[in-house]
Order: sequence, then C-alpha cells, then structure tokens
Amino acid sequence: MAIPAPMSTALRAAAMLFFVVVVAACSRSSNDAVGLTGAGNLGPGGGAPGSQQEFIVTVGDRVFFETDSSSLTSEAMATLDKQAAWLNQYQNYRILIEGHADERGTREYNIALGARRANVVVNYLVSKGVNGQRITSQSFGKERPVAICNDISCWSQNRRAVTVVQ
Amino acid sequence: MTLVTRRSALKLGLAGGALLASAPMAMAQLRIVVEGANFQPLPIAIPDFASSDPTFGREIADIVRNNLRRSGLFLPLDPASLPVQVGDVNGTPDFNIWRTANVDALVMGSVERGGQISSSVRVWDTRQAAQVVGKSYNTDPNSARRIAHIVSDAIYEQLAGGSGYFDTRVIYVAESGPKANRTRRLAIMDQDGANMQYLTDGSSMALTPRFAPNGDLVTYMNFADGNPQVYLLQLSSGQQQRLANVGAMTFAPRFSPDGGTVAFSVEQGGATNLYAVSTGGGQPMQLTSGAAIDTGPSYSPDGSRIVFESDRGGSPQIYMMGAGGGNAQRISFGQGSYSTPVWSPKGDLIAYTRQSDGQFHIGIMAPDGSGERLLYSSFHAEGPTWAPNGRVIMFFQDPGGNDGPRLMSVDIWGRNPQTITTDTYASDPSWSGLRA
Repeated sequence: MAIPAPMSTALRAAAMLFFVVVVAACSRSSNDAVGLTGAGNLGPGGGAPGSQQEFIVTVGDRVFFETDSSSLTSEAMATLDKQAAWLNQYQNYRILIEGHADERGTREYNIALGARRANVVVNYLVSKGVNGQRITSQSFGKERPVAICNDISCWSQNRRAVTVVQ
Repeated sequence: MTLVTRRSALKLGLAGGALLASAPMAMAQLRIVVEGANFQPLPIAIPDFASSDPTFGREIADIVRNNLRRSGLFLPLDPASLPVQVGDVNGTPDFNIWRTANVDALVMGSVERGGQISSSVRVWDTRQAAQVVGKSYNTDPNSARRIAHIVSDAIYEQLAGGSGYFDTRVIYVAESGPKANRTRRLAIMDQDGANMQYLTDGSSMALTPRFAPNGDLVTYMNFADGNPQVYLLQLSSGQQQRLANVGAMTFAPRFSPDGGTVAFSVEQGGATNLYAVSTGGGQPMQLTSGAAIDTGPSYSPDGSRIVFESDRGGSPQIYMMGAGGGNAQRISFGQGSYSTPVWSPKGDLIAYTRQSDGQFHIGIMAPDGSGERLLYSSFHAEGPTWAPNGRVIMFFQDPGGNDGPRLMSVDIWGRNPQTITTDTYASDPSWSGLRA
C-alpha cells in the first residue's frame, strides 16, 4: 500500500502510526523483526534511507489479495516493484515473506492459501532481480489477522503478504 | 497410572459372577428409536448411586445423568422428584411405585471407593418388570469419572443401540490472548470437558491435533522455530518428533485406521499435495501431484480409500481416491465450497465444512456424495470430528470479531446442538475412540 505524495504532515504521521500499530501486531509472528515494535523508533519522516522504517513507511511492506485468490493486482505489483527496487539497493537485509488469509475459509485450506500467496510474492520479487537466496517464506493461514471485525473491508486487510526485512 | 482396562473391567464383571444375576432379562422392549421426525428423548430415572460416601454416590450419578442428557437421546428426571432417592442394586425395585411415577426406565447403581473403585448398575424396564442391564466394573482409584462414563456407555448401548461414546477424550487447540496474536496450545480433556490438561506450553503455535486409534499418539502441526511442520506426540511419554522431512511445509495430518500411517499435506513452491508416511519413519509416498491445493485427507475405516479436499477445479471441493493415490473423483457438487472431509468411523457418512451464502455449515453425506444434509449453520463453523459411534459430531464455531472459537456438538440427525464448556477459547477438536 503506497502513501500518495501530496499528503499533509499530520496525515502522514497518522498513516505512519497506523502502520506502526499494524506492524507491532504482526511482528511477533516473524522471527526477527527487531526495531519495528516501538513507535519511539520512528522519526518524523519515513525513516533513514535504507532503514527498515523506510521500507515499511515509504515503500510499503504488504500487498493485498482478492478473496480466495493469489493473483497479484496491479496495485500489488506496483508495491512489489518498489519493494524489489529497494531490496536490490539495500542488499544486506534478509527477507521473510509472510502469507496470510482472512477468516472466511477453513484452517487447513488457509494455511495452504497463505503459502501460495507468499510464493507468488517470492517469485515476483525474484523476477525483479532480488536474489532468491535472501528470501524465506512462511504461511500463517488465518491465524494472525491484523484487522479484527466482521465485515468485508476488514477481511480484505487480512488477505495479505507481508515483506519483513531483517 | 494403571488402569483396569475397559475390556478387563468387563471381564471382571463376568468373572466375578457380577454380570448381575437375578430377574429375567427384558427382550429389548425398552429401546429408543433414535431416528424420525417425532423423536422424543427417553425419560429415565437415575437415583443417586448407593455408596458409603453418599456425596460420592451423588457425584457419580450426576456424571451419568449429564452424559445421558447431553446425548439428547435421554431425559434424566430431576432426582429430587423421584420416589426413591438412592439406588439399590441388591433387590428388585417396587415397579408399581415407578409406574405410578410414569418412569419406564430406571437405573439403580452403587459405587464404592476401596483399593479400586467398584460400581454396579442395573437398568430396569418397569413396564416389563425386567432387567435390561446388569453389570459391574472396577477401575483404579484415580478414575472415578471414568467408571461413571463406562456405566453411561453400558446404559446407552443397551437402550439406544450402537456403541457408546462417553468413555472418550477430546484433544483440541486451547486459544487465549488477543485475536491478532493468539496463543494456541494443545489440550486434552474428557468428552464432557472434565480433566483438562495442557499438552504444549504455547511457545509455538499448535494446530490441527488428531488422535491415533490407540489414543496415545497424536499428530499435529507445530510452528516451532518458524518452520511449520507435522509432529508426532506420544501422550504417555511426552516425547515428540517431526513426522517427515519433505517439502517446505507439512500440515493437515491424519492417521490411518490402523495407526501405522499418517496422510498429510506437503507444500512446496506454493503447491500443496498429499503424501503418506509410516509412523515408524521411512520415505514418504506422494499421493497427489499438480499445482492445486490438496489437503484435509481422511481415511475410510477399512483403510482402502482417502477422502480429501482440493481446489483443482477452482473452488475447494471434496474428492475421493484410493489410499495409494491416483484417479480422484469429485463427490461434492452443491453450491459453494466444501472442505475438511472426515470419514465416519462407521464408514457410512462423511462429515465436512461447507461454505455457501456467506455462512459456514457442518454437513454429512454418503461416501458417494449422495444424501447431503446440513446439520448446523452459522457465521462460522468448521472442523468436524466423529464420536466413535458415528452418531455425534464435534466441531468449532467462532462468532467473529474480537470473540473466539468454542467447541460444539450436534448429532447426525441435526438435533441437539450444544456447546462444550472449556476454560479458554477452543478449536480443532479431535475425538478419541473408546478408551482401552
């Protein structure tokens, strides 16, 4: 999810806070998401160039999927293009792709669906020149939602693949 | 813990001459017809069990009453309303008193705690003035609740037909903490929710536990070390190990009926296929191939076939194939998607989760896909597991939002949906067979 350029400072800060909360909620599930859990780590901008904060805030660390789909939308591909460019610039990071599903499916199927989504993202990044040796992936099925409610707009935020740089 | 086994308990009953003698046996006059639209549960009188410790006698009778009530097939009468308050297994009841009270089925029990726990029970048909059950059992002193379950099974088997299912356990996932970061631990309990124990410490997420037929081995998915894989866990020793080293991720395991094999899903490069491997180790055998998601395998009771779910045709549907793989036939054709098929231990039905019209449903159908019936529908419901008698299904349902899942049961006639009380949120139940 990209943040549009013409955005007021206040809006940008609010958007950043949203991301921080989201990342804090899901970072426990990744092995080593050091430095992402505290809002105090973030400066007023998008983080220092090459920092994990910059990746999350200005590049965008996640893409979203349609219901029961692992196809990349044009918006998702645009985000992944930016991710690939950033990851190719900062080659010291290892990369974990987390695949997630919403709660409107059964547990086992969603584990497989999360893996399929993560794999699509891995393949796309590799096709954009990111070294596959840097990348691992893991499915969390529907077990780690970020948005919690009972409606469609909410479920759509949970159908995601998150790129964790570490 | 040494247990006098169910079988030896029965033998003890026989050897001790304690297949309680006296009184003519009724020729199954008193019997519940379990099917039919006009079904009425059978009223049954169960006075407190006679005991030198009356509190203990009441506890045991309460467990039996609760079991029979929760089955939906019996209606235990309020013990305070009964003309006799405490059971007597030594004499013949005064049938006129019970007929006057409109009691057709009467359970007279006794229980004593010594070196072992001993219980005797007689079930009487008051209209026929005849005994329909006369049994006695012994268990080790730590198994008071088990003897109540064994007695309950004896009553159920005689009056409702088939086998009982009360002397069983359920393994499940106990869930706690905020929804975005739930702790998921394996837990085990008796089928009525008593004697709950945690089996894992919650440091790694545990999902989809499944019992082996022997009741001592469990297979489940463990997210330890950021590497989600299928594990085997032995309950008696607490030892566990990975099932197999194949593919990137393994999940959705289930034992074969003889317990010697586990069928499971292997994900590699985004494709998920079915494999089977001996619990003793060895090379996993690939059962399906292709880019689709094939998961949720479940063996037929004779071990010859596997039912599973696949999205090879687009949406998840149920397919059937031989246990060695190959030539899968689709058997689900209703609207929406079908998943988590589980073969009844009796072989006659397959339970599954269906999603249609924005709802989840727990349903059953014959192994050829005919005779589909939906038993329970809700915002969410999934993951059926069978009681060993093939008449009751347990599953989990989640109201959504910040709430969490709970275990429920329903019978194969769609009657008697009820929640199983657990200390925490609970999901992924797996019902054991009758305990040895």
